[in-house]
Amino acid sequence: MGAVPFFAYVGLFLLLPTAIIVVGSFFTKDGTFTLANFSDINKPYIIKSFTNSLIISSVSAVVGAVVGAVLAYAVVTGNPNGILRRLVTSAAGVLAQFGGVALAIAAIATLGSAGFVTQFLLDRGINIYANGLWIYDPPGIILVYLYFQIPLMVLVFLPALDGLRPQWREATESLGGSTWHYWRHVAGPLLAPSFLGCTLLLFANAFSAYATVAALLTQGGVYITLEIQNLLTSETEQTQPGLAQALALTMIVIVVIVMSLYTLLQRRTSKWLQ
Amino acid sequence: MKLGSLSRRLGLAAMAILFVAACGSSSTAAGATNWATTTSASAGGGMAALVAAAKAEGQLNVIALPPDWADYGDLISGFTAKYGIPINSVNPNGSSQQEVDAFDGTPNAPDVVDVGQAVALNNTAKFAPYMVSTWGDIPAGAKEPTGLWFNDYGGYMGIGYDSSKVPTITAVSDLLGAAFKGKVALSGDPTKSNQGLNGVIMAGIASGGTLDDVSKGVAFFHSLKQAGNYVPVVCTAATVKAGQTPVCFEWDYLSASHGKDVSTWKIFVPTTAIIGGYYSQAINKAAPHPAAARLWEEYLYSDAGQNFWLKGGARPVRMAAMTSAGTINATYAAALPQVPGTPQVPTGAQTAAASSYVVANWSQAVS
Repeated sequence: MGAVPFFAYVGLFLLLPTAIIVVGSFFTKDGTFTLANFSDINKPYIIKSFTNSLIISSVSAVVGAVVGAVLAYAVVTGNPNGILRRLVTSAAGVLAQFGGVALAIAAIATLGSAGFVTQFLLDRGINIYANGLWIYDPPGIILVYLYFQIPLMVLVFLPALDGLRPQWREATESLGGSTWHYWRHVAGPLLAPSFLGCTLLLFANAFSAYATVAALLTQGGVYITLEIQNLLTSETEQTQPGLAQALALTMIVIVVIVMSLYTLLQRRTSKWLQ
Repeated sequence: MKLGSLSRRLGLAAMAILFVAACGSSSTAAGATNWATTTSASAGGGMAALVAAAKAEGQLNVIALPPDWADYGDLISGFTAKYGIPINSVNPNGSSQQEVDAFDGTPNAPDVVDVGQAVALNNTAKFAPYMVSTWGDIPAGAKEPTGLWFNDYGGYMGIGYDSSKVPTITAVSDLLGAAFKGKVALSGDPTKSNQGLNGVIMAGIASGGTLDDVSKGVAFFHSLKQAGNYVPVVCTAATVKAGQTPVCFEWDYLSASHGKDVSTWKIFVPTTAIIGGYYSQAINKAAPHPAAARLWEEYLYSDAGQNFWLKGGARPVRMAAMTSAGTINATYAAALPQVPGTPQVPTGAQTAAASSYVVANWSQAVS
């Protein structure tokens, strides 16, 4: 009986919306059964949106994971109750949730074509947009995404680093091992599953992000979440709700695969680091 | 059980609404003329009878008319001053579709609407036919023959730009130059906005395309993107004021309003690609104030009404007739951007075909 609230919650907020999407993806706008929504995914403009989304998600996940891991390591080597650690973890906690409209506006106000950093540099003869407005292209989107990817990595990777015991390093040294040996044969293999798992989590985080790009790019379905939005609203009679739901279903499948791998890797991590 | 009682209650509510609506229409139809089905002022006994009936109704409901859009502020106060009939103006920033969606059968429903072409064509079943006394001045292609809708004002797709940030524009192809890096935007996503789509159609015709072939327009924006000049942001008063979008494809009469914020704002309309777009008036079939609705249309299509639209930078539909009759306000007419050349207006079918092409090709073109 105690599990009823849990199942009610999962049913209402996870299973029901998924079921609506699955059913909706098999129907046309007029309500007749069709498989066309899935063959339409193969259209060049949809493939392009998917590719763009996969690129920004992968790159921002890998860069975010590496930078976040280094930052987390720097925090761990300090005093566990020190001011640095408390400051960084609480800042990361806030910034990891900062993605969305607020982050997009912050990016436009600083690095947009009329942003104050852009103007400040321009007044000193440095034009960061000499080769075009890259802030709206994948490099710019990746840069903006890193503002929530790095803090998230710090948060999820800290527990793994905390699991490394100083005794292991001492044991390596007393056996004549160098720092390289310690990282190569002890800490590296121990941290690898957690690091890869966290990278996958970051990928899923970026892949499903919508509000940040939607507020930054107000036109064009160049990323898959924007494409779904475009297919749902139109003043020119071009809505395709079935195709939008088929795309949402494809996204769910990708995220389920990624998150299953993440769970497997987490299981491996928790076996070693307790 | 629950559902059953709910649907019964809804049924009762619907009946109540119908009953109220029936009462409403029977009381307004008490006079000599039932204005709700009258298709012209003369058929209902002349202008004096229409004014008297409208005054008896006592008010008029309008929707989605921003006071600074095509000078609706002056039109609304002018109507009330002339006939003593107060106007209830709701949701001034609503869209065309929202206007028609507000036809809910209550006494608060809009009596008249001012909608875009697509919405007018899709909702003729909800409109009442009416022909204003100046009907003959409206060109044949600009009205539904029985008066279900009739164009009111419009303008041309232009390129608005801040002349302090970019050089003077003399051709659409100028925008591909290095001086326009990261500066050119559309006033709507062409895959879903009518204004955005017309911007692409205009660019296409300027690049050698036709109203039937928008592919050159999409190709133009692809080149613009390749050159690093395209900005994927929708132009609004805010982005223009902030300097994010110094060059915008938009309707010339809406672009003119940016002059308030940016004094160096100019508008260029290419002589080889003049794309016209008009809004339309229509009367709600179930208007709560049928006589006032018709009197409002008479007022809008009078010389005074047409000149207010002109004052707001829009081209009123009777402009050609009024220019030959000498009743157009010459000062306002001279303030419009000069457009030498023949305007082209895409038909509903051409717009639909262009829209399908843009949806299928836009993402690859601009990413």
